[in-house]
Amino acid sequence: MTAVAEQIGNWLEQFTKQEPAEPWLQRLRESAFARFAELGFPTTHDEEWRFTNVAPIARTQFVGQAVGQAPGLPGQIAVADLPETDRAHLGRYAPQNAFVALNTAFLRDIAFARVARGKVMEQPVEINHVVSRQAGGLPHVHPRTLIVVESGAQCTIVESYKGDGPYFTNGVTEIVVGDGAVVDHYKVQRESAEAFHIATMQVALGRSANFTTHNISLGGALVRNDIGVTLSEGAEATVKGLYLVNGTQHVDNHTVIDHAKPHGTSHELYKGILDGHSSAVFNGRIIVRKDAQKTDSKQTNKNLVLSDDAVIDTKPELQIFADDVRCTHGATIGQLDAESLFYLQSRGIGKAQARSLLTQAFAQDIIDRIKIPELKGQLAKVLSEKFHERSND
Amino acid sequence: MALLEINDLHATVGEREILKGIDLTVEAGEVHAIMGPNGSGKSTLAQVLAGRELYHVTGGKVTYDGQDLLALSPEDRAREGIFLAFQYPVEIPGVSNMYFLKAALNTIRKHRNLPELDAMDFLNLIRDKMTAMNMDQTLLNRPVNAGFSGGEKKRNEIFQMAVLGPRLAILDETDSGLDIDALKLVAAGVNAMRSADRAMIVVTHYQRLLSEIVPDYVHVLADGRIVKSGGKELALELEAGGYAALGIEEEAEAVGKA
Repeated sequence: MTAVAEQIGNWLEQFTKQEPAEPWLQRLRESAFARFAELGFPTTHDEEWRFTNVAPIARTQFVGQAVGQAPGLPGQIAVADLPETDRAHLGRYAPQNAFVALNTAFLRDIAFARVARGKVMEQPVEINHVVSRQAGGLPHVHPRTLIVVESGAQCTIVESYKGDGPYFTNGVTEIVVGDGAVVDHYKVQRESAEAFHIATMQVALGRSANFTTHNISLGGALVRNDIGVTLSEGAEATVKGLYLVNGTQHVDNHTVIDHAKPHGTSHELYKGILDGHSSAVFNGRIIVRKDAQKTDSKQTNKNLVLSDDAVIDTKPELQIFADDVRCTHGATIGQLDAESLFYLQSRGIGKAQARSLLTQAFAQDIIDRIKIPELKGQLAKVLSEKFHERSND
Repeated sequence: MALLEINDLHATVGEREILKGIDLTVEAGEVHAIMGPNGSGKSTLAQVLAGRELYHVTGGKVTYDGQDLLALSPEDRAREGIFLAFQYPVEIPGVSNMYFLKAALNTIRKHRNLPELDAMDFLNLIRDKMTAMNMDQTLLNRPVNAGFSGGEKKRNEIFQMAVLGPRLAILDETDSGLDIDALKLVAAGVNAMRSADRAMIVVTHYQRLLSEIVPDYVHVLADGRIVKSGGKELALELEAGGYAALGIEEEAEAVGKA
């Protein structure tokens, strides 16, 4: 058997071990598995995966699908119980790549919420994924989330991921934002240092919808986030990300902002702090379709590189087919500013503390815009701890 | 014992020697003005005393309060009471002015075995000092110097100096970019801090600051050396005759700037 066939074989074994589901779901799973088997895991020969080698995932034999969520979560249901009208949304938005197919092949439970037309939800929809060690092998989990926000409704969504030991998280999140609806989304990825985390989020924005996301990547050994947002007429998307990597961590952020209709606005800002032998990738594609006149799009990626051994690959990809648009992009890679360091030191602040202050300051504008006070406080604390440790060296 | 004693100080930036043998003695309670054309090494001297790593000291000795100053890190110099008011105060987005100054003050207090101040005590301490520098309270919550006007930046420097209470204050071209009202305000802030146990080194290109902050001694720096020293009347001589009267050539850019 070839290595690829062997990899698929392992997954087939896992796949067939599942309890059979009712026919519509079983069909969905089977066609997804067939899709996965056909595609196989991507390699660095695929342009989309040039800088992220998933061979460590492909060659690991995962067994036993862990319960991917803390029990008793509101909104967590068996996929089989998904209302029939909402089944149509499943897998309709996410790109059909190998990881999404693998997730669908293992569909069982889903974090689902539907926010009724015009409803304003006061409390955030919280989705917490926790993976714990289990006997008998390394767990793989395939968290699935579907949020349908009807027209004129408003809600906040917080997804968080953490765990213990080595495991593989392969998440798919689909969010449908109706006309004029407002959604504020946060994802906080604090996976264990040995975890693989692959996640795809696809968002479909209706007319004049307003969507903001903050994608915070702190943990994980090998992390890939694919975020896609499609904008209808007059829609507005704010896509922000922060990645903090150290040791040998690798974090890859791929985003696709698709302006399908006129008068859309997108603001994208990703910031990264890299230390140790870590590496990160930012690939930001902006598509402005022929129809999408008067699009206003801005993309920025800024990186603070604290060590000589860290590597960042950053690439904007603009595909513009309309002629009356405004699109700007920029990327920076830099180190701590020597003059700022000296200024702080000249006031008595020790070099280590000064470095830590400036490092936190770099991420501050992302943190400042987070609207959930608890999350903001928690992140400020994580940031200060993460950089306090390293400032002692 | 002098508070500061500089002997035959040499310093380079890259390959270029900027300070070519500086000798200067400053006693507690004294105000020394260092004048000189652009490029003479005034700002370099100020930054070398504060510990900027960009400059390499290649020779000489600096003794501060009995210690070898050059062996100390910039932060230890500050903790021992040296303060540099920057010619170009640095903007630091993401760090609030209040957080920054409180952290600085508490580090220095800790070094002096004084208890650290909490937010309330800190606010009480700085309120009057802010008023004296005509600084709006909202500047405290803004990032350090970010978006401050030129005048606000300079006032912020003197305000920091008032809060940190140094024993040796070095003012680097504090007058540059200030109109006459702002200059008087800044000078009043500096004069209020003159005391018998505090020394000041005032680095300036022009005499006008020295009409407001009247020095005890004036030194003229040219091409990395002190070429003339005297009392406050030396500044007036320079004002009347220019550096040329002392046989010092000014760089073209300095003339243009005047």
